[in-house]
Amino acid sequence: MKIAVLVKQVPGSESALPLSPNEKWIDESSVTFVMNPPDNFALEEALLIKEKNGEGEVVVISMGPSRIQKVIREALAKGADRGIQIEESDDIEKDPLTVGKKFASVLKEENFDLVLSGLQSDDTGMGQTGVLIGELLGMSTATLAIKTEVKENKIKVKRELESGWFQWVELPLPASISIQSGLNIPRYPSLKGIMGAKKKEIKEILLSAQNQLSNLQSMDKVSIPQTSKQTEVIEGDTEAIVARIVDVLKKDIKVI
Amino acid sequence: MDTLVVLESSRGSLHRLSKEAIAGAKSLGGTVSVLTIGKDADSIAQELSGVQLDEILIVKNEYVESYNADGYAEIVSQVIQSESPKNIVLGHTYQTRDFVPRVSARLDIPFIPDIISLSESSFVKQVLNAKLNASISSTNDQVILSFQSAAFSDESLEAGGSEVRLLNINLDSTIVRSKSEDPFQEEAGDVDLESAEILVSVGRGIEKEENIPIAFELAKVLNAEVSASRPVVDAGWIDSFRQVGSSGSNVAPKLYFSLGVSGAIQHVVGMKGSKSILAINKDPDAPIFEIADYAVIGDVLEIVPKLIEALENS
Ligand SMILES: Cc1cc2nc3c(=O)[nH]c(=O)nc-3n(C[C@H](O)[C@H](O)[C@H](O)COP(=O)(O)OP(=O)(O)OC[C@H]3O[C@@H](n4cnc5c(N)ncnc54)[C@H](O)[C@@H]3O)c2cc1C
Repeated sequence: MKIAVLVKQVPGSESALPLSPNEKWIDESSVTFVMNPPDNFALEEALLIKEKNGEGEVVVISMGPSRIQKVIREALAKGADRGIQIEESDDIEKDPLTVGKKFASVLKEENFDLVLSGLQSDDTGMGQTGVLIGELLGMSTATLAIKTEVKENKIKVKRELESGWFQWVELPLPASISIQSGLNIPRYPSLKGIMGAKKKEIKEILLSAQNQLSNLQSMDKVSIPQTSKQTEVIEGDTEAIVARIVDVLKKDIKVI
Repeated sequence: MDTLVVLESSRGSLHRLSKEAIAGAKSLGGTVSVLTIGKDADSIAQELSGVQLDEILIVKNEYVESYNADGYAEIVSQVIQSESPKNIVLGHTYQTRDFVPRVSARLDIPFIPDIISLSESSFVKQVLNAKLNASISSTNDQVILSFQSAAFSDESLEAGGSEVRLLNINLDSTIVRSKSEDPFQEEAGDVDLESAEILVSVGRGIEKEENIPIAFELAKVLNAEVSASRPVVDAGWIDSFRQVGSSGSNVAPKLYFSLGVSGAIQHVVGMKGSKSILAINKDPDAPIFEIADYAVIGDVLEIVPKLIEALENS
């Protein structure tokens, strides 16, 4: 079983997010990056499937500038067999269809049985990549998987639906499946893993000019959301904060 | 046809977000038609009989009695090709996430998801965990849009009527490759979050599993129940039946007291109806403060133990 895992490097949830001067995105120079959390679950699921099968290959694929080699290396340290970086200039691609087509052109050469991805990224949050690739490569697709069972030429997934409902779906392979967070407990890399990862291959792919696609949607501007609600800000030293909260609970909301 | 809204059935009735999507479609201007698919199509058309619409298109097919991604991607693609709407609009639901990107890839039409508002010719979407808003525009003649919960209110829908048209679509039996079983619910826990007066809600800002008892102690002195955000449940720190949000419970208590919850949209949709929201977060820019009545800027681990003490003594 040959499994591709798509990982993205995104700003960490506690990172500073200063706007770039042209206000089209953030200024990445002061951003701390991490592996997109749902992708980490997708990677773990791929490793578990391989371990259960006793054979196979897990290939991590990411698109972006050279900084993303860090998350590819991290995935290799956790046990992925090799990595592919689809090179991109500094500005991250934000048109999902263009992203999907670029990934599809690279994945096509490899004939994967299974493509796993996180259900959406913490940065642009378009939530489409895995499904787009599945369609572009003629694979079957499923989203929001919270359990997987691989069978002969098939995969059965438990999908999360809304408001506490679930559904089992069986798909023929090859399939592209997006993973919902929480379906496993992602491992940390071992020291041996980290050492071993240094020797593993990361292939860098520069898509040729004829692969330069025209974007059908563009992100024109980002801005800080304005609040419309009347909010009382409570800050200061802990004593004062506690006193004010007790007051609010007693006199304003009247719950004690 | 200017705009086609693709409707969703939620266990037999029209999905709430589909109705809001119709309201969103109306605000784009021009004519609005809707498409309903499968065994619930007639009853959904009936539900909309009092709403002013251009046409209600109905598709029935033996392979798509209920939702499956293969069948929906095919039917919706065929309808878009035959009817040529400029805008294709849906609610941003799990089902939309599941099949709409396939339509986008198949027809090479951009899909702008999860829109919270319109601004002139662009669409506003939250990015970077709701810390920023992005304006997105399309350069294509046709565009697919999905609207986030509560982006539009279905109360604004004009009364009126519409024509119903049955579309004949032929599907090859080989199109539906996946086998979908019936949806089911998992056993619920013994806590009724929905009827709790006060909820103390724990987010990842609680930092460690060992700190969870702080939340339960606060809940005890306030006579509250404990709820949680998804990452806290995913980490196994708190039972999943306590999760609030789009994949958990929808709550509207008298007081929602959150501890280190950032305020991501999938969490907020489940609790923004709360009468009062008091949020503690150490990040003054946390999105939860946009909907909070009381924004407490500080460290949960410092404030809450002192607060428990103060409440016990008062
Ligand atoms: C399809 C889908 C469905 C989802 N469904 C749900 C759902 O039902 N419910 C849900 O909650 N999420 C859901 N999510 C996840 C959601 O997008 C967010 O990731 C999640 O809500 C974030 O949880 P959090 O606020 O606890 O954590 P984070 O976003 O990590 O926020 C932690 C916050 O704690 C603050 N903090 C850290 N330390 C401290 C401290 N010591 N004192 C005070 N503050 C501190 C930080 O400033 C930060 O704001 C879903 C996501 C998707 C894509």
